Amino acid sequence: MSQRDNKTKRVYINARIIDPASGLDVKGALLTEGIHIVEFGPKLFKDGVPEGIEVINCEGNCLAPGLVDMRVHLREPGDEHKETILTAGQAAAAGGITAIAALPDSRPILDDVSGVEYVARRAREAKMVKIFPYGAITRGMEGKELTEFGLLSEFGAVAFTDSTKAVANAQTMRRALSYAKTFNALIVQHPEEPTLAGGVMNGGEISTRMGLSGIPNHAEIIMVERDMRLVEMTGSRYHAAHLSTAGAVDVIRQAKARGLPVTCDTAPHYFCLNENSVLDYRTFAKVSPPLRSETDREAVFEGLADGTIDAIASDHSPHDQDSKRLPFAQAEFGIVGLETLFPLALQLYHKKALSLIDALSLVTNKPADILGLSVGRIAKGGTADLVIFNPDSPFFIDPEKFRSKSKNSPFTGFPAQGKVLRTVVDGRTIYDRTAA
Amino acid sequence: MTTYAETIAAGLTGHGHLLGIEGLRADQISDLLDLADSYVDQNRAVKKTTDLLEGRTVINLFFENSTRTRTSFELAAKRLGADVINMTVASSSIKKGETLVDTAMTLNAMHPDVMVVRHSDSGAVKLLSEKVNGSVINAGDGSHEHPTQALLDALTIRRRKGDLYGLRVAICGDVTHSRVARSNIHLLNTMGAEVRLIAPPTLLPSAIDRMGVETFHNMKEGLEGCDIVMMLRLQLERMQGSFVPSRREYFRYFGLDQEKLAMAKPDALVMHPGPMNRGVEIDSELADDLDRSLIRTQVEMGVAVRMACLHALTQGTLAGDVNSGGSKS
Repeated sequence: MSQRDNKTKRVYINARIIDPASGLDVKGALLTEGIHIVEFGPKLFKDGVPEGIEVINCEGNCLAPGLVDMRVHLREPGDEHKETILTAGQAAAAGGITAIAALPDSRPILDDVSGVEYVARRAREAKMVKIFPYGAITRGMEGKELTEFGLLSEFGAVAFTDSTKAVANAQTMRRALSYAKTFNALIVQHPEEPTLAGGVMNGGEISTRMGLSGIPNHAEIIMVERDMRLVEMTGSRYHAAHLSTAGAVDVIRQAKARGLPVTCDTAPHYFCLNENSVLDYRTFAKVSPPLRSETDREAVFEGLADGTIDAIASDHSPHDQDSKRLPFAQAEFGIVGLETLFPLALQLYHKKALSLIDALSLVTNKPADILGLSVGRIAKGGTADLVIFNPDSPFFIDPEKFRSKSKNSPFTGFPAQGKVLRTVVDGRTIYDRTAA
Repeated sequence: MTTYAETIAAGLTGHGHLLGIEGLRADQISDLLDLADSYVDQNRAVKKTTDLLEGRTVINLFFENSTRTRTSFELAAKRLGADVINMTVASSSIKKGETLVDTAMTLNAMHPDVMVVRHSDSGAVKLLSEKVNGSVINAGDGSHEHPTQALLDALTIRRRKGDLYGLRVAICGDVTHSRVARSNIHLLNTMGAEVRLIAPPTLLPSAIDRMGVETFHNMKEGLEGCDIVMMLRLQLERMQGSFVPSRREYFRYFGLDQEKLAMAKPDALVMHPGPMNRGVEIDSELADDLDRSLIRTQVEMGVAVRMACLHALTQGTLAGDVNSGGSKS
């Protein structure tokens, strides 16, 4: 099967081909053979497709590189009742995502070679989207001893992060950054000063009214500011995950202006929702970092529009009912996001903050570049990881229809635009809306 | 008396539950206080019981230990003729497996008409109310609300001062962790009183000024011209360096004594939701001064207010019907 697949030719015709990496946006066709892209452009097969090539008619819809989601909690191994590599893959495929970076906070934590290898092997078996595991920065994500960055990188770790735990100790972080240079490894921080972040939602009027302990903006700002000084000291690459505050976006903006080698991402809920979503103690809107004020939401949106924020990641954090159907303070943090990343990223386009190609860039080549991956682009000889979509078709988000095992999304009934029609990994269709 | 009850039952039907003061209108609060007032005399009479709630079941479900509030609710229900069950669920047994929602649904299957619930987590009582058919009264949820305490405080004040409107009320102490403070802020603002908060900044939650209060960090300045001084309880573990450095420093600057009280109006009255830490937030002699302290009256009014709440929520309709407008899942 695989051998025959390697030679199967498929052509995608009547497509609006968009490749953010090269700036291409043309009407035309795209030919794949086996797992590779062979040729594409406006002139290809203009006078008809030869015999023996499977034809997929895009009917004028967009054909773009499959999305790259740089922050996903797989929950396998350890919490398979919340999500598995297979169900996450199915959810990602339905969301137009062809590559995901898996956070290391599974059980056991991915802090050694065997864990990283296990995830890579299970991903191959599932044959859905491509999965690139992160390694933990510190053993057991305890913030003390460094993991084997070199060996882990060799066995497939794309970058290093302690997931939703900050590396709080400044000396540990300094050493992690310094040591990472040996292997040109990227350190990804959950930027939150833990001693200020003991609360359960954003600190402010709403937390005060609801009687919930608040997490101040400054928990994030202080950690990003500290880390900028450590980046100055070490000269190492650094990435701040899921920014949620105006202050932190500003710190990164200034750091970039100073020429520091830093990047950052955010998640859709930080530019689509604000803290009002937790009113009535809605635990589906409980997330770390917390949903912030409207001012912060606007600043994150603005940070994406002006290029300060480099990527959008779903921060997919599946939780079962029992983990969320609890008093607010006891409920788990997290929002599922694989199936909403695409339409919510397009909010930037529909709200006229970015062109379609620039909005797509935030979920394709830019996150791929941060992680040093060759995916997320349409190139001759590159792998055929593609998505066909209609950017405009409107719908209301309905988590009950998610393929993810968990439905913990605060976006129920949210009006969105942009539907994924087909998702292709290595030339093979893994999601087809008409067949779904 | 029935007219009051009819009015309030109509007003609260939309709620089905009494989960907080926030969202109640001034006329609903006034009606509840009027109804409670009518129960004060009954409680002072030799025969204290009626049969208004005969055949109804009230469950006091306390996930947090409390003697006085639970006793007050129990007496209130018994004086109205209801059957009362008290359940104290230590939080540890909850952690052993059964969740709050499981507990709610188990008890719901026994068809209680009213559940009186206290829980250490903000929002927990609301969560429980979404899973049961009967009416739910919030007897305190985390740092969120304690509506019957605010109502009994209001009744106490109203009986001494005639009206809440235009009074200057100072709430002093650990506002951050206090559900009593939040419910009182909502109630006093709704009824047209002026609310001041007096505490060190470590005991005031962020953006509290957005709740329509003026804040003070100096007791004497804050108490100036006040008609009512409400003291809040400060838990001992918060006085050992985490929020304030020591008991003695706290009492020196934020404890109520005669000297500080002299800044308030000459006829200013002192309240405390209990249990008091004598010598920490309030001077012992002052607490017992019957001319100034309303602390014992508050306890008495508590039973009357809780009778009024039980009455209003159950009057004229089966508990299951009251709730029909509320959210279920």
